[in-house]
Amino acid sequence: MQMSVESRQFEKVSAETPVLELRDITKTFPGVKALDGVSLELYPGQVTALIGENGAGKSTLVKTLTGIYQPDEGAIHVAGEPVVFATAQDASAAGITAIHQETVLFDELTVAENIFIGHAPRGRFGLIDWKIMRTRAAEILTRIGAALDPDTPLRDLGIASKHLVAIARALSVDARVVVMDEPTAALSHKEIEELYELVDRLKAEGRAILFISHKFDEVFRIADRYTVFRDGTHVGAGLMADVTESDLVKMMVGRDVNQIFPERAKAPGDEVLKVVGYAHPTEFEDITFTLRRGEILGFYGLVGAGRSEVMQALFGITKPSKGVTRIDGQIKVIRSPAEAVEAGIVYVPEDRGKQGAVIGLPIFQNVTLPSLSQTSRSGFLRLSEEFALARAYTERLDLRAAALDQDVGNLSGGNQQKVVIAKWLATKPRVIILDEPTKGIDIGSKAAVHAFMAELAAERLSVIMVSSEIPEVLGMSDRVIVMREGLIAAELEGDDLTPETLVRHAAGIGESA
Amino acid sequence: MSLLKSREALLGGAILVLLVLIASRFPGFVAPDNLVRVFTDTSPLLILALGQTVVILTRCIDLSVAANLALTGMVCAMLNAALPGLPVAVILVVAVALGAVMGMVNGLLVWTLSIPSIVVTLGTMTIYRGIIFLISNGAWVNAHEMSDAFTGFPRASILGLPVLAWFGILAAVGMMVMISRTPLGRAFYAVGGNPHAAVYTGISVGKTQFWAFTLSGALAGLCGYLWVARYAVAYVDIAGGFELEVVAACVIGGISIAGGAGTILGTILGALFLGIVKNALPVVDVSPFWQMAISGTAIIVAVTLNNRNSKGKGRIILRRAQDQASEGATV
Repeated sequence: MQMSVESRQFEKVSAETPVLELRDITKTFPGVKALDGVSLELYPGQVTALIGENGAGKSTLVKTLTGIYQPDEGAIHVAGEPVVFATAQDASAAGITAIHQETVLFDELTVAENIFIGHAPRGRFGLIDWKIMRTRAAEILTRIGAALDPDTPLRDLGIASKHLVAIARALSVDARVVVMDEPTAALSHKEIEELYELVDRLKAEGRAILFISHKFDEVFRIADRYTVFRDGTHVGAGLMADVTESDLVKMMVGRDVNQIFPERAKAPGDEVLKVVGYAHPTEFEDITFTLRRGEILGFYGLVGAGRSEVMQALFGITKPSKGVTRIDGQIKVIRSPAEAVEAGIVYVPEDRGKQGAVIGLPIFQNVTLPSLSQTSRSGFLRLSEEFALARAYTERLDLRAAALDQDVGNLSGGNQQKVVIAKWLATKPRVIILDEPTKGIDIGSKAAVHAFMAELAAERLSVIMVSSEIPEVLGMSDRVIVMREGLIAAELEGDDLTPETLVRHAAGIGESA
Repeated sequence: MSLLKSREALLGGAILVLLVLIASRFPGFVAPDNLVRVFTDTSPLLILALGQTVVILTRCIDLSVAANLALTGMVCAMLNAALPGLPVAVILVVAVALGAVMGMVNGLLVWTLSIPSIVVTLGTMTIYRGIIFLISNGAWVNAHEMSDAFTGFPRASILGLPVLAWFGILAAVGMMVMISRTPLGRAFYAVGGNPHAAVYTGISVGKTQFWAFTLSGALAGLCGYLWVARYAVAYVDIAGGFELEVVAACVIGGISIAGGAGTILGTILGALFLGIVKNALPVVDVSPFWQMAISGTAIIVAVTLNNRNSKGKGRIILRRAQDQASEGATV
């Protein structure tokens, strides 16, 4: 790869030859085939949009082409020459840079230091040459039209400016390929316009850009080409000029039903929970919905649509500035998770590692943690009752553990999740909120979680399932609420529940398209 | 779990070896009378370390315990000097309550303002010491100003043990029960082990830390009276720097500074280890300055062992290793 990465090699590349080409890349993780023979071509001076649902393999692809993952099969070509990126440094040396959703920058350093960290210009005695560093930083910032002082500490900048610094950093190593992973997710409309202008400038300089976005208006605004992934496979690629929004939506979601969901008799009962007019100054507004006994209510939306935030407000972790919660028609004020649990609402969060099990406590103590008032007499815990409670619920979930006083940290991920669910069931809840319940687990465990959810609903428990996986949302929910940018975009049930309607409402595409 | 057990066994073994070594040259050291004397002398350290343990379990630290002790001690001494007839029981209540209030101040600052505890208690440590100077004008309260009941109480013997030692034992037993048998004790571990999970479980992290500081403060207040009565003197600088010895006892006892791990038994052993070293050195004619070096070494050894134990907890991928792990867990 040494030869191919030298800059003179790039000069031979014309607009017709891809500067970067991935051929038949396959990447397997234990239990999951994240990428299955996918291909991607990036052309100099063009923006290629990479489109796909959550979990379609976009992030894995980005990690593969930036050298963080190594593909199991397939080849990467830079300017026609085969290369191997053994490390992230190799990819960076080949002129490939990625700007991530969460930019990796240092708040306490200045703009110039951030741009040149790791490759600062050196002067005599190998010391950093501040003068050259500042001048070059200022040059790059001017080139991308960023009105930033190289000496400003990064912590004083907003998110949009930080993105500009990240882009300047990419240019400081003379990146030929710039990967932008949802760069507009946290930006305001004006900042997005500025980003578009910047992308145009990068195009004019002959750089190839891979633009990852969920938003169709953006894709049509700036992309020249598209590539669509679905479930880790390549389903289509071509020129933007040749497709319509609805073509892209079809490619994204059109799938064979290869997952089987449990059959359920859908007979929701009385209303259990009603949320009226929840609002939060920055996260969501006008959130009103109901939940009935024995119902599975799906919450679909793009990442960052505000679904988890609403659930956290419902659970008393954050406070909505407005809104009323009714349980069985009675107004309940929920100011803390403890009050939520008491009111019969439990929340199994998305990040189970961080928010789920308490590593260091044995299994039975993890299970009884929210139910200690149940297992204690006059303020003292009864170990025998704790064991009994823990045994009842772990057995029900078929937990595989040698002993209940074993440290929960020694269990596998799937079994830890069972402990967390057992913990919540032990509180005998009426409403259980599952946030991305099958994220990052293998197909077999997914089926088990789905079967279990069906069982809960059959026992007349009400389930709210926040999920970004369309098949899961369609296969499990009685009713689906779609959120977009902090608002409820649609409430769908019955025949309205199709992959297309979900994607349209989530992405904000008009019905006419 | 077996690792945790072995850590305490290791420390217990170290204490035994230490006693055997000392006894081989000075058999008098292990005579029952002397052991009682050593335990009594170690009791204030033990009581403070028990309070510090719950604070450290919740991922905090309380540097103000020695200053709290000194301020409470001064208040008790001045109270006794002013009202010699006040019963000791009342003074005990005042000491515990005043200490608890000072702990609550720490706890409230940590809870409501989310200031790191090391900063809060560094500040209150200085403030509490400053208050002693303000109320006493820098003057000492000496033995002749204190009543006999006041100074005699910690030394009074019940069933062959001084009251001071009984307080150490009571605090240890009470703490063991509290930790293993009350929802609050469980909450200390949950908050330190995984604060995010604790929140979702309905446990308030800040409130739990508040109670940890209150407990630590109350025990420091108790020690304040016991200390001043035992040494029959109160002045601004008593127990200066003692907070570090308290933290050392916890760390040697295997309480993880990262929170959520460690046992009361460990803390008891850690305090006893330091107490024995401190009392044995003059006997074996070693300069007390060696005590610092020895406790420093013990801290580093203990922390190294703890780190070793917590390592290797990554994912078990090999089937062979998995089988071994599950076999180990069943045994």
